Parts: sequence; structure tokens; C-alpha cells
Amino acid sequence: MAMAWVWTGMVVLSLVFGAVNGTMAEVSSAAMEGATAAVELCISMGGILCLWTGIMAIMSKCGLIDALSRLFRPLLRRLLPCACRDRETLNAVSANISCNLLGLGNAATPLGIRAARRMARGSEGVATDELCTLVVLNTASIQLMPTTIAGVRSAYGAAAPFDILPAVWLASALSVTVGLLSARLLSRLFRER
Amino acid sequence: MDLSSLLVPVLLSVTAAVGLGRRVNVYDTLVDGAREGLSVSVKILPSLVGLLTAVYMFRASGAMEFLGDLLSPALELVGIPPETAALLFIRPVSGGGALAVGSDLIAQYGPDSYIGRVTAVMLGSTETTFYTIAVYFGSAGIRRTRYAVPAALAADLTGFVAAAFAVRLFFPL
Repeated sequence: MAMAWVWTGMVVLSLVFGAVNGTMAEVSSAAMEGATAAVELCISMGGILCLWTGIMAIMSKCGLIDALSRLFRPLLRRLLPCACRDRETLNAVSANISCNLLGLGNAATPLGIRAARRMARGSEGVATDELCTLVVLNTASIQLMPTTIAGVRSAYGAAAPFDILPAVWLASALSVTVGLLSARLLSRLFRER
Repeated sequence: MDLSSLLVPVLLSVTAAVGLGRRVNVYDTLVDGAREGLSVSVKILPSLVGLLTAVYMFRASGAMEFLGDLLSPALELVGIPPETAALLFIRPVSGGGALAVGSDLIAQYGPDSYIGRVTAVMLGSTETTFYTIAVYFGSAGIRRTRYAVPAALAADLTGFVAAAFAVRLFFPL
């Protein structure tokens, strides 16, 4: 429902600004151009998207997700000490993080939800500190290969669509660090009871 | 030859070779995976039509520029290019909307421009925060979210500022 308001707001504001600025002709043709551009974009980035999901499928069949999950267990034990006492929660969280790193959003979400449900048992509808940490880990993007964005960049003629990777990694690392630190700080302000 | 041009060919060869070594039928797996990628493209197309229409209208009317001008003093203070103002608002709310605003910016300014790169890094280092929080807490039956929203938004804000900083760091003008 939120998107209905955003969409209506943008279209109505465009009408108002078009009338005030005298840009109504441009607004009118822009609407048509936008619809065309959407189809063109989907087609021209479709190739990269398909290639990449194919490569990811090979990687996960090779056991890369399991290997990554094992790598992250020690770190997760420190971040979520209570939840990780439960073996199945630990497995779900570490697979969730691994899938997020590889950009497998469709696989990551059900794993994260399974972990969240187990962690929420007995919490009576109040988010615990560890649940907040899990959510922050999932709202901060930690994807190693942002393929959709590489697809968009290549669709518009980027010389090297993946040349932004080091910048993405640095920005992601800073963002997830600040997210976890502010969760730690805020947990003192918002007591559980 | 720079290092980043090695990345894709090396990744493809290593993945295929390791897969073959582990008796994975790499070609069939690749094709099956690609089919899944195609369904992702097809799935986002309808929403992208709706969103890009709105974004194009919003920019053509001058509303996008107005928003940028309005926020430019605050954004310039933290080093964020004001042209990306609309992206900051839509990013936490809608993944498709952010893709629409972002691809419009990349098309406008060029993928290898400063603004085009900052846009791409912003998209790559942040998530659809409100959607994710709703999905996780909704399915776990959590009603009191305590500080999850402010902490997640602090991460997003850091992502935006850090994106502009990282692009200036790795791609000096």
C-alpha cells in the first residue's frame, strides 16, 4: 500500500510541477518514454542477470554456500551468542548470510525467516537484541557481486560494469559496521522491558 | 591490463573448472540458473514500467531538480551529490523504485560519470530496509520492533555517505 501513495504522489507532483514550470509537454512525452525505457532496460540487462544466476547456480552446487557458512560461524557465535546455542538457528543464520553475500536474495529470505522465527520464541512480540542484530545484518546490503547494478551499468554502455566493486565493498562494510554499532548503542536506550 | 578486467574471465573459468572437478554438470546447471534469471527479469518488468513512467515524469516536470535544490545544502555537507536526492528517499521503501530512479540517473549522467558511479554504489551498498524489516518481524510475530528501524536507517545513511566517499577515493576526478 505504501507504493500506491509513493506512485500517486510522484505522478500528481509531476502534474503540479509541470503546470507551474510550464513543462507539461515534456511531462507528457516523458510518461511514454519511461514505459519504453523500462522494457529496453529489462532486455538489455537481462543477459548479465541470466549469466550471473547461472554462475551462482554452479557455485552453490559446488558447495560454496556450505563452505561460506562454516567460515562465518565463529563470527556469528559472537554476534548472536544466545541464538547460536541452538544448532538449527546457527545453521539457518550462517546460510542466510552466505546467500546474501552471493546475492541469492530468493534463497536468503526463507533461511533468515526460519532463524527469526526460532529466535522469536518466547519473546511475546517484542524484538530481542539479537533479533534486531539479525534484521540489521539483513537490511545492510553485504552482496559481493551486485549483478543487477552491473547489468544496468552495462545496459547504458559502461566501459567496465564491475569496476565499482571495491567502492561497493568499502561502502557496504562501513554501512554494516555502523548498523551493528548503532544497534549496540541503541539497545541501552531501548530496554527490553 | 588492469586487475578488474581479470575478475570476470577468472571467475567464470574457476567456477566451471571447480564444478567439473566435483562432477557437476556445469553447462546444464548454468542454463537452468539462467532460466531462473530470465524469470527475475520478466518479474520486475511490469513494476519497472510503472515506476520508470513516474520517475521520468517526475524528472521532466522539474520536481526532481526542485527536490535536489531543496536538500543540496544538507547533502553537500556530508558529500552526497544533490542529484541523487530522490534515490535516498525511495531506496529504503521500494527496491523496484530505487532501481528505476537509479537507472534513470545512470542513463542521464552516464555510467562512468561521478554521479553515475555514486548511484551504482549507493544501490549496491544499501537494501530495501522497510520491506526487509516488515518481512522478518512480520513472519516472526514481532510487534514491538524497538530500535531496529533507527539502527537500520543509520546503516543506510552511512551507506549513502560512504558510497560518495568511496567513489571519490577509487575514481579521483
